[in-house]
Amino acid sequence: MKKILKTGTPYIWLTACMLTISLLMIGGLILLIMVKGLGVFWPHEMVRFVLKDGSVVMGEIAKTESIPHIKDTYRTKLKIGNRDAFGLDFQWVDHEAVARREYPPDALAFERREWGNLYGFLKGLKVGENTKPISEQELEALIKESYALYKKIRHVEKRAIGNINYVMEKNRLTLRRLQALPSNADTQEKVNDIQVDVNRLESLYHTQENLLAELYQEARKQEVVVTISDGRERTLPVFQIIRMYAPNKMGVFAKVGFYISKFWEFVSAEPREANTEGGIFPAIFGTVMMVFIMSIAVVPLGVLTAVYLKEYAGDNIISRLVRISVSNLAGVPSIVFGVFGLGFFIYFIGGGIDSLFYSESLPTPTFGTGGILWASLTLSLLTVPVVVVATEEGLSSASKSVREGSYALGATKFETLWRVVLPQATPGILTGTILSMARAVGEVAPLMITGVVKLAPSLPLDSHYPFVHLERKFMHLGFHIYDVGFQSPNVEAAVPMVYTTTLVLVITVLTLNISAILLRNRLRKWYNSSAM
Amino acid sequence: MEILIPDQIVNVINLSLYYGKTKALKEITLDVSKSKITSFIGPSGCGKSTLIRCINRMNDLIEDVKIEGEIKIDGCDIYAPDVDVTELRKRVGMVFQKPNPFPKSIFENVIYGPRVLGVKNKSVLKDLCEKALKRAALWDDVKERLHVNALDLSGGQQQRLCIARAIAMEPEIVLLDEPCSALDPIATSKIEDMLVELKKHYTVIIVTHNMQQAARISDYTGFFMLGKLMEFNVTTEIFTNPREKATEDYITGRFG
Ligand SMILES: Nc1ncnc2c1ncn2[C@@H]1O[C@H](COP(=O)(O)OP(=O)(O)OP(=O)(O)O)[C@@H](O)[C@H]1O
Ligand SMILES: [Mg+2]
Repeated sequence: MKKILKTGTPYIWLTACMLTISLLMIGGLILLIMVKGLGVFWPHEMVRFVLKDGSVVMGEIAKTESIPHIKDTYRTKLKIGNRDAFGLDFQWVDHEAVARREYPPDALAFERREWGNLYGFLKGLKVGENTKPISEQELEALIKESYALYKKIRHVEKRAIGNINYVMEKNRLTLRRLQALPSNADTQEKVNDIQVDVNRLESLYHTQENLLAELYQEARKQEVVVTISDGRERTLPVFQIIRMYAPNKMGVFAKVGFYISKFWEFVSAEPREANTEGGIFPAIFGTVMMVFIMSIAVVPLGVLTAVYLKEYAGDNIISRLVRISVSNLAGVPSIVFGVFGLGFFIYFIGGGIDSLFYSESLPTPTFGTGGILWASLTLSLLTVPVVVVATEEGLSSASKSVREGSYALGATKFETLWRVVLPQATPGILTGTILSMARAVGEVAPLMITGVVKLAPSLPLDSHYPFVHLERKFMHLGFHIYDVGFQSPNVEAAVPMVYTTTLVLVITVLTLNISAILLRNRLRKWYNSSAM
Repeated sequence: MEILIPDQIVNVINLSLYYGKTKALKEITLDVSKSKITSFIGPSGCGKSTLIRCINRMNDLIEDVKIEGEIKIDGCDIYAPDVDVTELRKRVGMVFQKPNPFPKSIFENVIYGPRVLGVKNKSVLKDLCEKALKRAALWDDVKERLHVNALDLSGGQQQRLCIARAIAMEPEIVLLDEPCSALDPIATSKIEDMLVELKKHYTVIIVTHNMQQAARISDYTGFFMLGKLMEFNVTTEIFTNPREKATEDYITGRFG
């Protein structure tokens, strides 16, 4: 026994076991998220239960489970949709109570812009008081048409009216500033100019508004009539339909196509219906942009700190204290950083900026409220220890003899640092940056008080000068998960989205990290061969 | 034992050096002649490196070093407070005992000094690089791969690269601390030829463990022991007619 212990083999086995366990746990986590997250968009079969009491339920099968303690009994969870008619999205059906079950091939699912899905049978197109039968293909064409209309409306709402509002707001602020100045001929002239511009914009606005009203009028024109499970008829404006599909008729290929289009919508579109439907593009965008701003801020901060600590501060009590505090910063709960960001960045610095440069729009804050800049800076404070430690390690990798070689050639301390030491420390610095990015992208708590919102009206990057709007609030995948899963009015319907969003978050983190690693490897090669 | 050194460029006057409390150099006085090769020999740990590092003030970088006495170059005390150390080091180049190339390309290594001096012109830098590498007998080895990492070279090649790096600066005085300890005989003889060539324009101070080398190339030789300069004389005198018993023992191999 002793002999075996001495060979060391058992310890190797022990370490291997631990490694396996960790790998299994990570793998299981990823697998769970994948399975739960990827399944969401797959169209499920639609079933129609005729119950023993005569009532009828129809919907997509969400899951079937056995009833505990009673043998051989099952119940099925149906997504019955039609929230406007039934008030809830899901219903449990005991198989005991079912008289008949059928899979009607012409059962249709309508994905609506509002109120979630509608399940039923297509009766026809409403013409005046009557209903004219219509085939699915014909309706499909109508939906396509109405999509063009939808795009037009969106364009008017977002771009045309958005632009007008943007310029109007600017004019309003300039006007306020001018009015605060002592009035003379010059300012009077400017005021008049603006007044003219405002009038022009207002008339423009009215035409756009009329156009919009017309478009909406048009949108309401065509309506289809759908018979839902309990036999009631419901009218549904074609404009409201995003997608129509008949899951019971779909083959595998159709289902795959449907799946892909849903997934694409998920990653590229904006959310609808209090985030429970539609896409999460603004959240992906916000997350990535925040991480970028964070790294732009954290690298100089961390690297300069580390350079001073390592190269200039020497080894005394104070520098040792600073070093200990820096490494202990990593242990401070992240919400504390959030509070600090709120107090320091938002109220102090942001408030200061507002009163200096944006005083005309006060009391509405510009920078004095949460925004992507402040959130990123808060996170960069949170992750700066990682960069400091990694940079210090990188700086130590430049040996004394190499430094001496540089000094012997008449280089100053700074030149040596810049030309020899820092290039050698670069891989370490980049590793630190990668780690800090990984840390930052998963952090949610401090963001909630420094600028993340449930729904941001516009991205922090758009076509309005100056294109990057660092003061804007933004959406974030981590917060989105929390919001969708636990804060939305329709939690049950949203839970699958939680997994999918998590999956997207994981993929985003992976992509960011892998690209950073690739970048580091390229830089390393570059430094080794021809650098500086 | 005072000997007369003509055309002095470096004067070491009563120099003592302490590493903390230990006295590594003990009251050393010697003069170095211009455009000549002066070699320092002596058993390991006797302070040859320490002395040579004093001449371009490399010991400044070591904590807890105390220096007494003077070193003059062209009559100016290099330890005077108004001396710019980087200017001094540009005039006094150095090759270290252990090769220490920068983790950059060969080309970048060689032109590091000129770059520090502010040379930016690419073709000038290329010429400088080629000239220095040729003088250091490395050009033929690396002319096809100037842009590979210097750390990929062999130890001996690295040392020659460090020599090329030092002479690319065109310093007035070149300090070499055992430059040939990692080289094969062919490269060694090339370096020796280079040093002989160099002394036409520069002053060379070399530390060596190789007695034949000192005898072959140097004009003056100093023999050190335990931090003391035992004997300093014209090389032929030292090797044929040593005045001290210790010197004779060391040279004939009965010591060290
Ligand atoms: N940085 C240092 N701190 C403390 N002591 C040192 C330091 N460098 C050298 N010494 C000591 O000073 C003495 C002289 O060292 P030095 O390196 O000059 O010897 P050397 O003659 O060059 O020997 P070698 O031929 O082995 O290179 C040695 O005893 C050594 O231990
Ligand atoms: Mg030595």
